[in-house]
Amino acid sequence: MNLLDASLVDWSRAQFAMTAMYHWLFVPLTLGLGVIMSIMETLYVKTGDEQWKKATKFWMTLFGVNFAIGVATGIILEFEFGTNWSNYSWFVGDIFGAPLAIEGIMAFFMEATFISIMFFGWKKVSKKFHLASTWLTVLGATLSALWILVANAWMQYPVGMEFNPDTVRNEMIDFWSILFSPVAMNKFFHTVLSGWVMGGLFVIGISSWFLIKKREVDFALKSIRVGAIFGIVSSLLIAYTGDGSAYNVAQHQPMKLAAMEGLYQGKAGTGLVAVGILNPDKKSYKDSINPYLFKVQIPYMLSILAYRDANAFVPGVKDIIDGGYQTPKGTALSFEERHKRGKAAIQSLSDYQKAITAKDSTAAKLHKAALKENYAHFGYGYIDKAEGLIPNVPTVFYSFHIMVALGFYFIALFALVLFFSYNNKIEKKKWLLWVSLWSIPLGYVAGELGWAVAEVGRQPWAIQDVLPVQAAISNISSASVMITFVLFAVLFTALLIAEIRIMLKQIQKGPEAH
Amino acid sequence: MRTPLPLQSLYSFYRDGFRNMTVGKTLWLIVLIKLFIMFAVLRIFFFPNYLNSNFKDDQSKANHVRQELINKTK
Repeated sequence: MNLLDASLVDWSRAQFAMTAMYHWLFVPLTLGLGVIMSIMETLYVKTGDEQWKKATKFWMTLFGVNFAIGVATGIILEFEFGTNWSNYSWFVGDIFGAPLAIEGIMAFFMEATFISIMFFGWKKVSKKFHLASTWLTVLGATLSALWILVANAWMQYPVGMEFNPDTVRNEMIDFWSILFSPVAMNKFFHTVLSGWVMGGLFVIGISSWFLIKKREVDFALKSIRVGAIFGIVSSLLIAYTGDGSAYNVAQHQPMKLAAMEGLYQGKAGTGLVAVGILNPDKKSYKDSINPYLFKVQIPYMLSILAYRDANAFVPGVKDIIDGGYQTPKGTALSFEERHKRGKAAIQSLSDYQKAITAKDSTAAKLHKAALKENYAHFGYGYIDKAEGLIPNVPTVFYSFHIMVALGFYFIALFALVLFFSYNNKIEKKKWLLWVSLWSIPLGYVAGELGWAVAEVGRQPWAIQDVLPVQAAISNISSASVMITFVLFAVLFTALLIAEIRIMLKQIQKGPEAH
Repeated sequence: MRTPLPLQSLYSFYRDGFRNMTVGKTLWLIVLIKLFIMFAVLRIFFFPNYLNSNFKDDQSKANHVRQELINKTK
């Protein structure tokens, strides 16, 4: 791959990452705050307490600000698929297209229909109909997330498809196995729960600000309690789904797991790095330099998390490249072997086309069979050196560990807020109120780091094992990608500034204004 | 009193809703500007669909992607 290609791939990846990360600044609050305002409205309908109505309307306004600024920012990712990643888009069209089409038709229209009733219908429809509309708006937003996450999960764990060399597309043969793949289901719950945690943090943080300012105290106390209960339940559930994520990664993306743990040399009964600093002198997976400057491990925990067996062998980077260790599917193949088979698959694709052109049906059949036999290794044919299989270990390692640490911090924070809230002492705990307020950005940090683990960790793959990013890219100029990168940076930053300004203004007005 | 038709009710529901908006008016303005920039500027001038722009039919798109996949290994 020449320098121009490398620049094109890097800029296209950077652009996609920036767009996705900005998009993810808006989505989690929509998912989390949506559920919280729905819970508050449910309490209003059940109790008839006008305070709950006031609280619902206040949080609903902030939900509306976030929803309006963030809506459609994800569509830009689809633009990028068509322009920058056209090989990929064609290659996966039938599979990727279906979930995204369902998302566009069903979930988005559901959201769009009920959101107007939610905002305009307070005095126009019955309480119960309004409540149903609020819940259906949130359900629509969550279903939107489902279909997008199903598409993303398929890229991490491609199932339910068969490659057709005539159309050069992966064609869907089993919709249900794509929808209900363990990776898709776990990813959906884990990601939505991260939005719920964000919602909890936002509500306790903003409520804390009102308590610090001694404004709207009853409203803030009611809100902080709902936010803390919702937050602690969500953060405990996310720890559970996080365990499921790690298990799935171990089964289907062992290199990502090795990078998450900075594990170069695997062994049976591997410990989990609780805290660690990577050694910057570690330059190659082949050298004997200790990958850590410092680490504290929980004995056997990685083996337990990855394989549910304290003595299980967890492969490191070097093991995955060298192969030869045992997996549930048999002996792991080396990179060299997979590279050879990948090359053979690509050659079969070429030979198949030549046979079709020559109208030699016997040869075509043979090449098609050879392609099918080696298709699981197709992407390895594009990777010339074993090092090309290794994602950026420090990025993945630190993203993972900081995300997990923040997850535990959120559990402790919600527990403390809940404890003092039920003891009626929360107003006096100024330090906790300030900590809650300044923890709002940490929710965003944790969510973005989670995506960094998922997406940087799966490099070099656009589709795991089947298509690396350098084969997925369009044949376009890197200069045009640089220009659009800057345009997006400006557009998204303007949107973010608008969101923060409008949001702060609405918060300062307080619930009485709504 | 005449019962309003469903379409009339729907119209007045949205008309009143939009009229009574406060922060919503600013948000709608931002949404419209954003959508204009996205679809009328970025989509048209900066993000043409590469395959649709360069190839007429599915067969030629498939042939192009096939050649790309084969050539990128060389």
